[in-house]
This record gives sequence, structure tokens and C-alpha cells, in this order.
Amino acid sequence: MNTQAIGGCDPQSAICARGITRDFEAGQTTIRVLHGIDADVRSGEMTYVVGESGSGKTTLISIMCGILYPTAGEVKVFGTDIYKLTDTELVNFRLNNIGFIFQQYNLIPSIDAAANAAVPLIAKGMAVNEARERAKVLLEKLNILDQADKLPRQLSGGQQQRVAIARALVHEPRLVVCDEPTAALDARSGRRVMDLLREVAVAPDRACIIVTHDNRIFDLADRIIVLEDGRITHDGKDMPDDH
Amino acid sequence: MLTGDAQKFYGLLFGIAFSTLLITQQMTIFVNLVQRGASGVYNAPEAEVWVMDPVSRTTDVSYAMPPTALDKVRSVKGVEWAVPHLRAQATVRTREGDLEGVAVIGVDDATLIGLPERMAKGDKSVLFAPDAVAVDDTGALNFFPSEIDPVGERLELNDQRAVIRGVADAIPSFTSTVVLYTRYSNALNFVPGTRNRLSFVLVGVSEGQTPSDVAARIERETGLKARTRDEFAQAGVNFIIENTGIPTNFGITVFLGFVVGVAIVGLTFSLFIRDNIKQFGALKAIGVTNGKIITMVGAQAGLVGLIGYALGVIGTVLFISAFSSNPFFKGFYIPWQIPLISFVAVVIILAITGLIAIRSVLKTEPASVFR
Repeated sequence: MNTQAIGGCDPQSAICARGITRDFEAGQTTIRVLHGIDADVRSGEMTYVVGESGSGKTTLISIMCGILYPTAGEVKVFGTDIYKLTDTELVNFRLNNIGFIFQQYNLIPSIDAAANAAVPLIAKGMAVNEARERAKVLLEKLNILDQADKLPRQLSGGQQQRVAIARALVHEPRLVVCDEPTAALDARSGRRVMDLLREVAVAPDRACIIVTHDNRIFDLADRIIVLEDGRITHDGKDMPDDH
Repeated sequence: MLTGDAQKFYGLLFGIAFSTLLITQQMTIFVNLVQRGASGVYNAPEAEVWVMDPVSRTTDVSYAMPPTALDKVRSVKGVEWAVPHLRAQATVRTREGDLEGVAVIGVDDATLIGLPERMAKGDKSVLFAPDAVAVDDTGALNFFPSEIDPVGERLELNDQRAVIRGVADAIPSFTSTVVLYTRYSNALNFVPGTRNRLSFVLVGVSEGQTPSDVAARIERETGLKARTRDEFAQAGVNFIIENTGIPTNFGITVFLGFVVGVAIVGLTFSLFIRDNIKQFGALKAIGVTNGKIITMVGAQAGLVGLIGYALGVIGTVLFISAFSSNPFFKGFYIPWQIPLISFVAVVIILAITGLIAIRSVLKTEPASVFR
């Protein structure tokens, strides 16, 4: 694995992205979604990426967590230049280092909550029963152990989200990536989920990056990166006044 | 995933089971039907070699030989015994006054060689009685209502009196024609004809001789055509395959079974993949490799395929069992090769449809889950 420093990166950065550009082809036209972005995500922090729809925030975190190749630029995650890895190495890197919480949860409908939460462990080769037991420990921490044997369709939206959180954390990744985690929740539930995430996903050697445009939870961020038309227009503790 | 989606699960199950049923059942009927082209040979189990005029082709397509052919054959070295065998068409007037075409088979007067191995009613010796005939069991059902015992019934056979004295347990013929067995001398009376009446000479070979050697020697020394039992049985099967549209018709049905399987399974598979594409994308993002996803989907498809295949084969067995009392299905069995062929067909159906469906999963970018 390539662990050489990229110019200007803080050695303590969980993610260090430099000169990230991403183009998409639309017929004969090339659309540039990200324009040479430099960004850092620090360990021990909850970093928000905010912006209007189409600002490029989803593209940016997709690139930052190794599921979308940039057109240009470099990304280091915990010191590893992830886009210099082979495809297989990159898949394994994600499996070992990154946990995902998707907006639609994307739980597997035919297996129960415990099995859903155990998916990363099973993918790493752990025996199913052992993985389920490990997942149940986390489900207990998230107060849904009594739902462990239920299928996703038998769970409420909030419960499904907790299962998704358990799935993102069960293999103890160092980076947790969340896509609009509060979009489908009322204000109170949204804050509870964010408190929960802070409790379980933020630690000195861990980082959490959240894509959102839910201004009800902006005050819970350690850092906010604002994107507009594929460029960072703000990077700081609070939201700028004009937003 | 697949087994947890009841609609798709049962859709796939139905597709595979229906396809297996159609393929297995139609192939079973085809094989059994075609094998009846050899029923005339297997109904005379003692004969190891069949001797006939060179232009004769099957038990039902034969040209009569002069009576001297029998002596010629008997004089060939390696022939343990040789007996005359007559096969001809005749007309019977039924109880209702209708006319029915029948096959009359004349077996050796002394040994009764040429009769089926077993009798369903009566003893073989009943044929020694005057005007006696034995009707085959399928024919008995065609001729008489089930409550009437055919033994003792009189028939008007080609304007002559014949009495049914027994019922032979015979393999039905391809055309399901009623067969009347009688002694050779009786048959000559029942069936008017020309000077030459001898259809076949049935031969048993001496100890230490092989039927093929004896057959070759008979051909060489008599100028007649001689075939071993298996060769002549195969000739009967080949005749049906080459001269009827049955293979084409059954082939089309089997092909349609395959196509229906591909269509139903393919459609269901594609729907399943489409409905779960986000989940597959999520798995890929998490770090599940394409290989593991293919293994996962393949294992589930294999499970559904096995259950569907088993249901299809069981359905065929039940079908054959349910109709076993019907004379048309008498002796029907499922050769082991047919379930094997169905299994291969199911594997091909799943492989084709699975590969087409899973392509979209393999092409899905993990980043698509964020969109």
C-alpha cells in the first residue's frame, strides 16, 4: 500500500483529499462536478459536508471513501493513497476501514436485523453465528436487541436506521460515512440519532463524515464543509451567516 | 435475498418446476412411445435371432417368405432351433357389430415360441384348443367393457370363428392395435393370403454361439436377412423415428418447455435483481466482492433450481403413476437419463438467466447507493 504523504496533508488527518476533480459524461457533454477540491477530515471529529442538491457533496464523499474514482486528484485515508490500490485491495480496504450508513438504509430484506448488522463481519470471513453474536452486542448498545430476530420490514424506520448504524460500526471501522442520516426523521429523532452517532462513531482514532442539508442538526457538527457548484466555499466550526 | 422474496421465490420455483415437468414428461412419453416400435420383438423373448425377407424392415413392415425358408435356416450351423412366425392384419366383428382391425400373430404350433413371456389370464397351453386365440391385455380392454371377462368370448375373425381362451400380458404396440395370438396353423386359416405366408423365422442359437455370429452365418448361407434381437428392436425404434413426425412434435414441446423456463426464470431473475440493485450496491460499497455476490446469488438460485427441479420430476412421476392403469401408458417408466437431461436443462436455464441478470449487478457502481 502507498502511504507516502500528499503535499499539505496533516499527518493526523483521517482523510486528506487534494485536487479532486470529477467529470461526468452526459451524451456529448462533459460536466465537471468537482473542481480541484482540497479537503481534510480529522480523526475525533464529526465533519459535515453540506450544500444544495447538485453541489457535488455526494460525489465528494463517494470519492473520499473509495467508491468512486476521481477524474484527477489524490485521496489518502488514514495514510493510504486509496486510488493507487488495486480494485481488490480497495474493496478490502473499505471492508476493513470504512462503515457506511445509507439514506435508505439498504438493509437486506430477507435476513433478520442481527444478520444485517453482521454483514461486514461475514464478508470478512467470520462464521455466521459468531458474527451475529458480535452484532447483537452492538444492537444492545443501540437499544434494539429485542428486534434482533426481526426482518427489516417488521421494523420501524428508526429501528431500521439503528440496524444500519450497527452494520456500519460492527467491524469497528476507523471511518464512518453517513448519507443524509436524518432526512427521514423528525427533529427530535434526528438529534437522537446524531447523539448516538457521536457516542459510537466518534473517537480519537476515528472519524465520522456526514452528508446532510438538514439545518436542524448543524449545531452538532465539529466542522462543516460547505460545497457550492463543486467548490468548497466554507470550512469551519459553524455555518456561515449567509446559509 | 432471493429466498426471502416470496413472490419471486415462487415465480422462480414455478418456472423451473413447470419447465422440468414439461421436459421430463414429454421426453418420457416420447421414449416410451418410440420404444414400442420394438414391442413386437420383446413380446417374443425366446427369439435370439429374427430371420426375414431381405426387404423386411420391422415386425410390422415385413414381406412374406416361402415355407422353405424355415428349413434353410434350420440347416445353418449354430441354429439350435428355428420356428415359424406369422404376422398379419385381419378384421374382427365386435359384439356391437363394428369392424375392428387386429394384428394376428401365429406362434409355433408345438412350442408356442413367439408368445409373450407371461399370460394375464389363462395358461399358454390354452392355445392348443381348436380355434383358440389369446388377446393382448390392452386389446382386451379395447374390445370388452371391464366388467366382462374376455375369456370364453367368441369372435368373428375374418369371417371365421375364434374363441378367446386367454389374455396375454404383452407390451402394447406403437399403434395400440389389438393383437390376437394363435398357433401358426390356426393363423394360416384365419388370415387368407398368397402362397408365401411365413413372415419371420425365430431362431435360438446353440450353446457357445453368439447371436450376431449366427445371424451373419444365416445371411451368408441363406440369402435371407437376419438380425439379433437387439438389432431388430432398434430397427423398429429407428423406423418410427425416421418415418413419423413424432420426434419433431415432441422435440418442439421439449424446446418450448425450455423456452418457457428461460422466459419465466429470466424475467423473475431480472425483476429480483432490479428490485434489489440498491442492496447489491450497498454490499459492494461495504466491501463485498463481485465474486462473493455471484456466489451468494448462485447458491440461492441453485437452491431454488433444485427444489423446482425436484417438484418437476415428482410431478412427472405422479403423472405417470396416475395414468398407469390406462392401457396407453402400460409399462411406462422414466429412464434415468431423462431426469439427468432435465437437470442439465435446468442448470442451463439458470446459468443463462442468472448470467444475464447478474451482469447489471456487476456493472453497478458502489457509488450508486448514494444517488
